[in-house]
Amino acid sequence: MTQTNSNGQARPVAASLDHVIYQFGSQRALDDVSLHIPTGSVFGILGLNGAGKTTLLHHLLGLHQPRSGRIEVLGGNPIVNRESVMRQVGYLSEEDSLPAWMSVQDVLRFHQAIYPTWDRSYADELLDWFELDLRARLKTLSKGGRARVGLIAAIAHRPELLILDEPSSGLDPIARGEILEAIIRAVSIAGRTVIFSSHLLDEVQRVCDRVAVIHQGRVIEQFEMATLHESFQEWIVRPQSKHINSSVCPFDDALDWRGIDGEWSAVRRRAGQDDLSQNDWQVVDTRSITLERLFEALVGRSKVSTAPSETHLDTVVS
Amino acid sequence: MQLKISDDGPPLYLQIVEQVRHRILSGQLADGDELPAIRSLAERVRVNPNTVARAYRELEMAGLVEKRRTRGTFVRAQGQTMTAAQRRDAIIASVDQCIGLARGLGFSDQEVVAVFHERWRDHQPEGVTK
Repeated sequence: MTQTNSNGQARPVAASLDHVIYQFGSQRALDDVSLHIPTGSVFGILGLNGAGKTTLLHHLLGLHQPRSGRIEVLGGNPIVNRESVMRQVGYLSEEDSLPAWMSVQDVLRFHQAIYPTWDRSYADELLDWFELDLRARLKTLSKGGRARVGLIAAIAHRPELLILDEPSSGLDPIARGEILEAIIRAVSIAGRTVIFSSHLLDEVQRVCDRVAVIHQGRVIEQFEMATLHESFQEWIVRPQSKHINSSVCPFDDALDWRGIDGEWSAVRRRAGQDDLSQNDWQVVDTRSITLERLFEALVGRSKVSTAPSETHLDTVVS
Repeated sequence: MQLKISDDGPPLYLQIVEQVRHRILSGQLADGDELPAIRSLAERVRVNPNTVARAYRELEMAGLVEKRRTRGTFVRAQGQTMTAAQRRDAIIASVDQCIGLARGLGFSDQEVVAVFHERWRDHQPEGVTK
């Protein structure tokens, strides 16, 4: 089932932010953020701790009023039309936010009462899969157990849009795997959309269709996972003589430049790449970019220094 | 199929393509065998269903599998259906890798060919006389 608007047309975008600015006191938490999340996609929000991921998701949930900019979720305004929008949204927060004194059964009954579309048999199926005891109180469960209860509460009403904030941080590998599998199941139904934030690159790589990298409140890059390897490449080069100033990157399109043990690595966009014309450098390898290497390059963990100027850094940030 | 997807390796869809291709070219999957449904394979190896779909498309374009409408994806008979150029392309990367290694170790081409012949004889299927 695909979401339709009042004209019966498929809605191409499940959620969007346009030029959203949000400020905590004097600190700008979201700085002119624009994102369009296609219906039916798994959309990853990737960033370091404190980059603004949770603040961004809270805007989609109507928990923050932006200082300026426009937000739309499933065709409505998440603050003005909060109730109707949130009925079709599932949300799993980063921290344990469910009351610890409640039993698993109480939590699920509570959610069932809120959501008219609650699917009892789906909830039961998930309970079986996760081997959860209905009578157990949340405070007696492991962190992984509580996350599984939170996940059932977030998906058993079969939401059109599922929002997960760092769903697997601090969880054991089995719980993480189950959450990934649940995300994949959730989008196997055509038209369902998942947005999740993470700093765990391997899971982003596995499940996302599209990724936005957020850094210091700004969206600094967006890409399709399917074309990541066509968009970026890592070059490993070695200086041909000791007289070369190897701190100066020979590529003027490099996102970053780092040297280890006499070899240097540059992350480059693949569009319009020239070969290494300088004979000072020997290319050891050109390899597929890993998400980890790209992320490091984007968030500027290693500084680029090229001969003329650092203009390329501006193109990254814009 | 028990595929192993590494988070630290080549693109995920390529890992799937390579592992399925290996099974087909080595005869472990035979003509007419059915590949797992996209959705169930995606859930099992925990990757995005579009990634599996892309891998299947690549395998289809390579002529290794075929989609049968509404029924699934099936292995196509190999060898006889591949053109000479396709069969050559299928081994060329391994040959290139071997040449690179041999050059680095200082082999001459005759020495490599001698090793090749020796190994070729060792890999002769049972029941076939040398």
